[in-house]
Amino acid sequence: MTRHLTDRKDTTMTGTEHIRDPWRGFAEGAWRTTIDVADFVRRNHEPYTGDAGFLAGPTERTLAVWGRLTDMFGEERRRGVYDVDAATPSTITAHAPGYIDADRELIVGLQTDAPLRRAIMPAGGLRMVETALRAYGYEPDPAVHRIYTRYRRTHNDAVFDAYPSDVLAARRSHIITGLPDAYGRGRIIGDYRRVALYGVDRLVAERRALKAALDDRPSTDDVIREREELAEQIRALGELTQMAAAYGYDVSGPATTGREAIQWLYFAYLAATKEQNGAAMSLGRTANFVDAYLRRDLAEGRLDEAGAQELVDDFVIKLRIVRFLRTPEYDQLFSGDPTWVTESLGGIGADGRPLVTRTSFRYLQTLYNLGPAPEPNLTVLWSPRLPEGFKRFCAQVSLDTSAIQYENDELIRPAYDDDTAIACCVSAMRVGKDMQFFGARANLAKALLYAINGGRDELTGDQVAPPAPPVGGETLDYDEVLAAYDRTLDWLAETYVDALNVIHHMHDRYAYERLEMALHDHPVHRFMATGVAGLSVAVDSLAAIRYGRVKVLRDATGLAVDYAVEGEPPTYGNDDDRADEIAVWLVETFAEKLRRQRTYRDAELTMSVLTITSNVVYGKHTGTTPDGRRAGEPFAPGANPMNGRDTHGLVASALSVAKLPYGAARDGISLTGTVTPDGLGHTRDERIANLAGVLDGYADAGGFHLNVNVLDRATLLDAMAHPERYPQLTVRVSGYAVNFVRLTPEQQRDVVSRTFHGSL
Amino acid sequence: MTGPLATGRAGGAGAPPAGAAPLPARAGRGPAGDGRELTGAVHSWDLSIGVDGPGTRFVAFLAGCPLRCRFCHSPDTWYRRSGRHQTVDELMAQVERYRRFISVAGGGVTISGGEPLMQPRFTGEVLRRCHALGLHTALDTSGFLGTRADDALLDATDLVLLDVKSRDPATYRRVTRTGEIAPTLRFGRRLAARGTPIWIRFVLVPGLTDAPDNVAGVADFAAELPSLQRVEVLPFHRLGAHKYAELGLTFPLADTEPPTPELLDRVRGQFAARGLTVN
Repeated sequence: MTRHLTDRKDTTMTGTEHIRDPWRGFAEGAWRTTIDVADFVRRNHEPYTGDAGFLAGPTERTLAVWGRLTDMFGEERRRGVYDVDAATPSTITAHAPGYIDADRELIVGLQTDAPLRRAIMPAGGLRMVETALRAYGYEPDPAVHRIYTRYRRTHNDAVFDAYPSDVLAARRSHIITGLPDAYGRGRIIGDYRRVALYGVDRLVAERRALKAALDDRPSTDDVIREREELAEQIRALGELTQMAAAYGYDVSGPATTGREAIQWLYFAYLAATKEQNGAAMSLGRTANFVDAYLRRDLAEGRLDEAGAQELVDDFVIKLRIVRFLRTPEYDQLFSGDPTWVTESLGGIGADGRPLVTRTSFRYLQTLYNLGPAPEPNLTVLWSPRLPEGFKRFCAQVSLDTSAIQYENDELIRPAYDDDTAIACCVSAMRVGKDMQFFGARANLAKALLYAINGGRDELTGDQVAPPAPPVGGETLDYDEVLAAYDRTLDWLAETYVDALNVIHHMHDRYAYERLEMALHDHPVHRFMATGVAGLSVAVDSLAAIRYGRVKVLRDATGLAVDYAVEGEPPTYGNDDDRADEIAVWLVETFAEKLRRQRTYRDAELTMSVLTITSNVVYGKHTGTTPDGRRAGEPFAPGANPMNGRDTHGLVASALSVAKLPYGAARDGISLTGTVTPDGLGHTRDERIANLAGVLDGYADAGGFHLNVNVLDRATLLDAMAHPERYPQLTVRVSGYAVNFVRLTPEQQRDVVSRTFHGSL
Repeated sequence: MTGPLATGRAGGAGAPPAGAAPLPARAGRGPAGDGRELTGAVHSWDLSIGVDGPGTRFVAFLAGCPLRCRFCHSPDTWYRRSGRHQTVDELMAQVERYRRFISVAGGGVTISGGEPLMQPRFTGEVLRRCHALGLHTALDTSGFLGTRADDALLDATDLVLLDVKSRDPATYRRVTRTGEIAPTLRFGRRLAARGTPIWIRFVLVPGLTDAPDNVAGVADFAAELPSLQRVEVLPFHRLGAHKYAELGLTFPLADTEPPTPELLDRVRGQFAARGLTVN
């Protein structure tokens, strides 16, 4: 180990480079005097409007490093985890340095001392850690158990101490699910670029000044908490410097080259992943920042294109092996083992210039150089105004890999700014300025059943929502149902936000993201990010009640357990305003009810229409619905129309979704579309042009998000039968990508049964 | 290919596709004329991408067809009565909804079926109205009823997707059961003479349309049409089989397999050998 460190110092930290001005050649601006990476990027970015012709393939070195890992992936897939360090609760400095192939790696750093070796993070919840360990054949460490039961409380313990009984009941009946009360909340993006641009010392000095400024304020609860948080942030930054030093790097000062910039940036991100098992550990918007350094290196003759690509490839290799120890149930909820290392590419600047650089292309090129993969979650901020060359390359990558997603820059930029990144799947935040309290989701379909049943759960018969007269009669009356639904949604909004307030209060106390928050402005803007599931089920049910005749079948206790639909009611997903207006009404109505709730730390309440892949689990826990869906059947994911009910093609389906108002669902509206290659045109060139055209049209129509899969059903069926032949088959699900062969058979069937839009 | 969409959508947001200048309105046929009274039997509509002409297209499938092709994947469109009666204005209101999307994404409107020339007045009026809006228009037809397409209809048609079921007259009869090849040949030549762009579509069915001489005949015919832009060889599939079952009909090709890649290559090669653009 010592040898590597010495070598590394000699080769990468030569004295001459360090002496040179780290900011040489960069355009002047406010970023020099205040911490403002967005200003740096705006002033130092050079749009690239050409095509992909300049890109370089992988080097032998890259393939050798990646090859070492791919040899390990099979074993990891078989066992669920490759290895775990069960005895060392992770901190930024808990583990010794680790390498994949120390002689070949250009960018270094692992979460533990070996690749794919997972760490434990009990501060979020010990039970989750111990359940996961046992599930994968590891014995929980007795010392860890003693510490986190006798001496140290966890977030999970604290939340359950403070939950009121109606929250517990709502949680048990799954009308609210996926709450981050047993694990890290995630969805917080540190501005990791700050470490590269300024070095840690400058950031520490800034935090000290912020803390000193609080000294004159009276010590109220808020001020005490802020002082403690700033002190913790300063400590975490110190640990970051220590961790980097263990790898032989001094990150106290700014990066001086492209390689250092990526290394510094990665160290900062790595430290966050050592400290937090966040549900989504997103990266931000780094490509154009890195591009400024790579461009300077190219101009100074330090790199050629192959060398620049190699650095990006090596960085992305690291991002692909971010791992967390999670329970099989968690993986079942989220399909596979997602980490949501989301990187946002493209978009248009406030000055009208495209935020596309050669490095935007280089990030996408990793999907060719290393093959398709679900992580990092490459997200293109799409605008009809993007340069044609970039549009075509994105569309081509979608055709070839199905690994990228699109979000509408024309909605995001006006609502936030042009240095905004996506956390997780669809959650936009200004990098380093906004954070969010992740809130999982409430089940709108089940809420409708509660309305019909007077607050009783349709599966257990338990009274979960406040008792109310059930909707009577043999046939459901729309106005009566709507009035009952409105009351149920009032209760749901109140109970849901109540749960989130408890969770985030405790998360701040027991599992605070010290390093990620050190890389935000102070004070930070907070969102309370709620979400809904089952939108299309609820909408189609309401449309059936309104435009058809829905007869109710009740059990002996009067509980409505089945429905018979007569007539041909419209369904959401066909650009039919009758159904789509109900969807708009529901999104706006529930968002409004949520916004009326008081939130922890006065966070701004937002809402998403996103299920991730929990649509399967939500469906499992929801009884038969008046749209004809049977008990236990999966919901459609996110804002998707129900599988098979959108019969007029992908575009009509997308236009229904595009009607949902982003203003009411500012945390994002997710649509996943699957199209067969033939369903995009006959030739490759046409398919590329047509897909880019559809993305333009969808963005122009106000659609927010589109996950694009270009796949044959036959390919998926073959992959189910022969997983060993498809180790890298990547499928976009709700807002992110998964490795298809790592899904459970049930999830694979759900993906296969989703509407394929093809030609017939 | 030289269609307006092959090279991307250079026009950008809001710009009408190139080559689609509005026609002057004809006396007595303005929107206030036929639009409200003239009705057609419309089976269904779809927004398709890249398979019914260039780009993203609003496709209206009209009900009724004189042919009974053995490989037909939409037997539900054979009869006029399977359609819903819609006025031109009603259909145009639907087109209008997608006008902006189609303009931004690049694409147009295709009138398909069934056989749209079973309803030539309705088809002609819809094409004319779409064309007047600056939308790229395509007519998907077998050409069997080509004489029913008057010059005004063809003036409003930017592209004809001409389904040539076979060239050998006996094979043509066997495939279509109720048709003859001669009208299609005459229609194709008429289109070529007036310079209307054509894409020939040929459904390749093993054991039915794949005989080398039959394919060669279609290729020879294609090669004599100067306004032909491409040939699409469409591999037979059985995805429409369930519709036969729902209609209580027997699907004649239930046991026929889709063509092998080798057969597709051979047939595409026969077209390519004549210098035709084929896919």
